[in-house]
Amino acid sequence: MNMATSAKRNDIIEQLQREILSMQGLRDKDNNKVRLGIEPLEQAFPGKTFPVAAVHEFLSYAREEAAATSGFITGLLSRLMQKDAYCIWVAVRRTIYPPALKRFGIDPDRILFIDVAKSIDALWVVEEALKCDLLAAVVGEIPDLSFTQSRRLQLAVEGSKVTGLIHRYYPRNENAVACVSRWHIKPVSSQTEDEMPGVGFPSWEVTLSRIRNGHPGTWHVAWTGGKFKHITTATSTDIRTLQTGLYG
Amino acid sequence: MAERFVSIWFPHLLTDALIASQPELRDKPLAIAAPERGKVKVKGVNSIALQKDIRTGMVVADCRAILPELTVINYKEGAERILLEELALWSLRYTPVAAVDGPDGLLLDASGCTHLWNGEKRYLEDIVSKLQAKGFAVSVAIADTIGMAWAAARYYRSPAIIPAGATLTALSQLPPAALRLDPLVTEKLEKLGLYRVRNFMDMPRASLRKRFGVDILRRLDQATGKEKEYLQPARLPVLYQERLPCLEPVCTATGIEIAIKKLLSALCKRLLDDTKGLRSLTLKGFRVDGNIQQIAIGTNKPSRSIEHLFKLLELKIATIEPALGIELFILEAPVVEDMPVAQESFWGSSMQDAAALTELLDRIGEKVGHQHIRRFVPEAHYWPERAMKTAGSLQEDPAMPWPDHKPRPVHLLKEPEPIEVTVPIPDYPPLLFIHQGKIHKVKNADGPERIEQEWWLSEGLHRDYYVVEDEAGYRYWVFRLGHYSTDEPKWFLHGFFA
Repeated sequence: MNMATSAKRNDIIEQLQREILSMQGLRDKDNNKVRLGIEPLEQAFPGKTFPVAAVHEFLSYAREEAAATSGFITGLLSRLMQKDAYCIWVAVRRTIYPPALKRFGIDPDRILFIDVAKSIDALWVVEEALKCDLLAAVVGEIPDLSFTQSRRLQLAVEGSKVTGLIHRYYPRNENAVACVSRWHIKPVSSQTEDEMPGVGFPSWEVTLSRIRNGHPGTWHVAWTGGKFKHITTATSTDIRTLQTGLYG
Repeated sequence: MAERFVSIWFPHLLTDALIASQPELRDKPLAIAAPERGKVKVKGVNSIALQKDIRTGMVVADCRAILPELTVINYKEGAERILLEELALWSLRYTPVAAVDGPDGLLLDASGCTHLWNGEKRYLEDIVSKLQAKGFAVSVAIADTIGMAWAAARYYRSPAIIPAGATLTALSQLPPAALRLDPLVTEKLEKLGLYRVRNFMDMPRASLRKRFGVDILRRLDQATGKEKEYLQPARLPVLYQERLPCLEPVCTATGIEIAIKKLLSALCKRLLDDTKGLRSLTLKGFRVDGNIQQIAIGTNKPSRSIEHLFKLLELKIATIEPALGIELFILEAPVVEDMPVAQESFWGSSMQDAAALTELLDRIGEKVGHQHIRRFVPEAHYWPERAMKTAGSLQEDPAMPWPDHKPRPVHLLKEPEPIEVTVPIPDYPPLLFIHQGKIHKVKNADGPERIEQEWWLSEGLHRDYYVVEDEAGYRYWVFRLGHYSTDEPKWFLHGFFA
């Protein structure tokens, strides 16, 4: 009896939470769920799913961090891009090397790179692209983003359901923006199996410092065998299972 | 539709142009002269000099004797041709077909144009007043044939309107010189007392040909319309072109937008009827002061969508300077391609999807430049900088799969940056390296991966690449240039791994 009522109550709470989220613009679409494959990280998201149709913000403060962020973003893109979908990557000073993206599960010819001279143009392109519902995602490498600008981007994705990923390399300040989340990706030492020599798979410390309706936190994630893998630093079993591999 | 032609005659073309640029010459007798067969002869005079009996073709020395205060300016080769071509382009506001006519005139094909000015009289008056404002003395005429218009401009009082069908009567009263004949033939006719065209226009053709050559018959036929004469347009008219004359000069962005929408809807309807799509589009605004403002756009694929083309043009409206106002808009599609009518799909076809994407790219391309939109496909080169190329189009498929068996950095530096290393020889990765003053102790490393220069493309030393990871967990791509030999080989940082 007691069990039954508590179960019923949980159901009601879940139902209400879903309703609240849908009112806030995060509609729960079962047919369009994106699974990252990082179970503990996904627990942190509202509704336990990666929010698509939203703008995510990534910060980085060193060239090494920027590279790690690009790698992580590409990993995300490989989850977001369905068959035949295109993605637009806007940058003011593009450093990304397209052939390397193959390692992260993307055919680089499915990305349209747009190189612009000024970040004001980059913002314009990102906003226009976010309005086009044929794209899977839009990546914008824009250092500075004001609250109003981020609000415009958010309004654009609410209409089109495109995911926006804004990479801010050396932002002038960490101002408040209307993005759904704020990420910080740092490279960490890679591990190899059985103390083998050499460099292991790409490994990152993923910090989710802000997430709307979710729980911020820090996780260790590696990219191995074409997918994300969560690494529990406490136990070394996971690390053992990582195989030595060529690096991407 | 009945054909109507306008002939514009500039009696003092060269001097008028000169006075327009040098107003201080306005009240002086003026002659333009050029050396001809060892003598300096007059090529053009202004009206003041004309009143003092200075005529074209006179020797300058004689002129100076008649009129010592005559100002003589040297003639520049081809000056009248350049002037007339400029004027012909200017006169495109009156008609789509304008041509340069001889050394001192213009010819316009005014068929179906004059009603836009409420009749031929207003049309001619407008031309005269605009040209006079530019400083040119002109004499104009409109007639059924080119020959008649030419004659009327030179022998009737300007502006002369020869009504449709009245060509024969109008022509018969003119002297034979009005037929554009060789001066020798004209002289011969006058010697024989044939002072008017009516004196000989009804003579038997065979005897005319025998005495005066075949040219006189051809010129007569051209003037009367028995033989068709063609214009050689200064600029070929664009097939897909729409014009919008404005009642009042337009000088606001809103006005320009309305004009563009009107023109686009007319143009796109024509394109749809012909199952064509345009690849490039030019909007010209003819300003009141004679300047022509122009904006142009291009598309990735043939298009005839009004909204899409309008969005592209809208981005450039700000660059138009209307100044005192634009009195005529012309929208031209110089490049068109076949574009089949797409079957509207029931389920949302991929064709429509592709169209929406190319429209987005067109918009972006107009804003930031089409060359800045890149899509990459792999190329069979090991040299990292050459391992990819820009794809020609959205549809181009990679000729080969993307290679992923070798480590490649996510960020590649455009120029490898020099580093200092501590390294055991011969072929070990560095123990530590200094980049921009910062020491990185290498903890893990992979390599080397040797990449040789492709000698058929460029010469130089090979590179030995290492993947290294420092104590902080940051990962780099470094290489050594060339072998260890007598010289110390140089080391470089070339990229950052994720």
